[in-house]
Amino acid sequence: MAQAANAGNVPVKARKGQIGKYKKWGYIFMLPFILVFLVFQAWPLIQTFYYSMFRYFKSGLSWIGPEFVGFDNFVAIFDMSSGNNILALTWNTLIMWVLGFVPQIIISLLFAYWFTNVRLRLRCLGFFKTVMYMPNLIMASAFAMLIFSIFSDIGPINELIKHTTGGEAFRFLSYTGSTMGLVAFMNFIMWFGNTTILLMAAMMGINESVIEAAEIDGASSSQIFWKITLPLIRPILVYVMITSLIGGLQMFDVPQILTGGQGGPNNTTKTLIMYLNEQIGTSKNYGMAGALSVIIFIVCAALSLVVYYFFAADRSNKKSKKGGK
Amino acid sequence: MKKRILAAVLASASILGAVAGCSSNNATSSTASSSDATSSATDSSKTEDSKTEDSKTEDSSNAGTSDKFTLKEGEGKTLNIAVWNEEFKNYFEKYLQDKMPEGVTVNFKITENKDNAYQNKLDEDLPKNEAASADDKIDMFLFEADYALKYVNSEYTLDVKSLGLTDEDLSGMYQYTKDVCTTQDDAKLLKGVSWQATPGLYAYRRSIAKDVLGTDDPDKVQEALADWTKFDEVAAKAADKGYKMLSGYDDAYRTFSNNVAAPWVNENKEIIIDDNIMKWVDQTKTYTDKGYNNKTSLWSDAWAADQGPEGKVFGFFYSTWGINFTLAGNSLAVKEKDGGKLEVGNGGYGDWAVCYGPQAYFWGGSWLAAAKGTDNATLVGDVMRAFCCNKDFGVQFTKDTQDYYNNEAAMKELAASDFKSAFLGGQNHIALFVETAPKIDMSKISIYDQGLNETFQAKFKEYFDGTVDKDTALKNFYEAAIVKYPELKKPADA
Repeated sequence: MAQAANAGNVPVKARKGQIGKYKKWGYIFMLPFILVFLVFQAWPLIQTFYYSMFRYFKSGLSWIGPEFVGFDNFVAIFDMSSGNNILALTWNTLIMWVLGFVPQIIISLLFAYWFTNVRLRLRCLGFFKTVMYMPNLIMASAFAMLIFSIFSDIGPINELIKHTTGGEAFRFLSYTGSTMGLVAFMNFIMWFGNTTILLMAAMMGINESVIEAAEIDGASSSQIFWKITLPLIRPILVYVMITSLIGGLQMFDVPQILTGGQGGPNNTTKTLIMYLNEQIGTSKNYGMAGALSVIIFIVCAALSLVVYYFFAADRSNKKSKKGGK
Repeated sequence: MKKRILAAVLASASILGAVAGCSSNNATSSTASSSDATSSATDSSKTEDSKTEDSKTEDSSNAGTSDKFTLKEGEGKTLNIAVWNEEFKNYFEKYLQDKMPEGVTVNFKITENKDNAYQNKLDEDLPKNEAASADDKIDMFLFEADYALKYVNSEYTLDVKSLGLTDEDLSGMYQYTKDVCTTQDDAKLLKGVSWQATPGLYAYRRSIAKDVLGTDDPDKVQEALADWTKFDEVAAKAADKGYKMLSGYDDAYRTFSNNVAAPWVNENKEIIIDDNIMKWVDQTKTYTDKGYNNKTSLWSDAWAADQGPEGKVFGFFYSTWGINFTLAGNSLAVKEKDGGKLEVGNGGYGDWAVCYGPQAYFWGGSWLAAAKGTDNATLVGDVMRAFCCNKDFGVQFTKDTQDYYNNEAAMKELAASDFKSAFLGGQNHIALFVETAPKIDMSKISIYDQGLNETFQAKFKEYFDGTVDKDTALKNFYEAAIVKYPELKKPADA
């Protein structure tokens, strides 16, 4: 910034005076955000860290604690003999995220590629884009409720199964595979439209002449896709992946509604946030819930740092190239 | 531009769809905002009035409690009542609404019971009740046997005598309904009253009983189901004919859990699983493996459908309210919300009967309590007296609703009369309740019952489903129970 200012013809002193005159407005405009952030984010965050070290919950109508217990809550969460230990919960969460994310990214890439490909001349793009985005507008809990009734023991899918096979109903929510599959399916349906639109934006940013040049050189369309399009949208791909991963780690409403809060069968579809919800449900166990939140916070922060450094590295690469010129 | 219009139309269609899905789902699923509740309460009470014209006039002549309640100087103009379903609301609109003093608005604050949501709401609101503004104060709330002690022993409920109820008012009630609501300290204050007693029976489908046992006569059916061994034999016979003895896993739960030797939690705060509850586990597993039940869960759609006209289930364990409130409604081909009427010819209405079943038990029951901080103490007392302490009203009430009124003399009178239930094919089920009601023993209840019963059923569902073995189900139960109640422990030897 300083260099840029120096590059201009205006004397440094005069500029500084002007900036000083307007500087306070910058702070004033920032004030609402800072205040909201401090009151509603920073302070609760500090409290969460603080209470994660306490035994503090409600028994009936009375409170027990707060009583300082050090890292006991963290130890309990990492207790591997429990079915609700942190690794099992993280594993459940990640598996369901991967099951939803893999088809999502493949379908989204394909659609984005088709939609931005001028040679295909697809029609009614606006219609398709709207339709694909629509599942995202429905509340996740309403969508989960819908899937729950469709796949329930007496729902339409099971009526169909009974009619065609003449056998018993298939009880989807009694098996880990089918329950996870339904959760993944819902996440896929809800988010692939969003991802498609992000990837389309990335692909439209590719200079058409690069693709034309490849064509003239005789590249096939799959070669163009793998060797030109994909590498050029890499930053957006990484962004999509990381934001989806952070969203996935916080997966809650879909499995919560679908399994009636149980995360069944045998706790295999219980996510991190569902367990957090159990802790603050009846017992208002701020200690355990705090400890769990702290762990989730650390994981999400680490992932965010990865994104930050990825983009920072990308930018500095470009800069150094420019400099080399 | 065209595209935009199309997009807007599609988007609004999807939003409308979502909204419609919510509203048709269940009106009780959200806490009704106070203004909504008021308007709907008055609306439906109007329609209720026109429907029940006859019973109304009978009410006033028989019960003799038509005089209006008094609104004391300085008391609030809004009566807020916290409940978990529409049962009491319907009764209130039918029997109490027109006794309310001029200018008093009644709000029902409905929070569903599932996952402790109702209790969580109460636990949040009650401590703040004294400081709440006059129109937001909870004046009265209802609670169930499963968690009665939690509120009875707390400071947030008022002694009913302080509301103006006298010993004479309370004299006709079943003793157990008073024991549940008596504080466990030396003061022995009575903190709540109930209009119902809730002995349980086995309600069976007459047509299926005829097919399986050759008779639908309640005495003969009772003979065939007198103990669990006989019950199992009938279950096998029913299965041969393509019927299910029970609908789901939890149907027989209360008959076992009510006959336990000790409460859920001992004095060391250890969770004790009673042998009788493990008997339920074994029986249900056998029934599931042999195909004697339909693998449903309590309150699920599949469970409700099994009680409908197409149901193939022999019978259901139900207590008083379950028969007149839940089962009768579920038995209809055209449901009440679709304009159907509770009358013979509509689905399975009239095709049911009750017998004692293999074991005496009770299930549920609702009590009225005044919330500390209420600004309508007199009015709440009047409501309690009019609804729970009036023998003559009780006779009429049971005739109208087939619910079982909490007055032994009134119920004995009905039992001896020619009272008939059309829903139960002309049977006088009150005579059966009169026999079983005095057997109700609530000495084994604890403040943890609701959470532990619910968790136990949920975790053992997976065992019955075959997804986990018994030990894993037990382990999952202890873990989930301790998340719900962190002060509890798993006993060392379990």
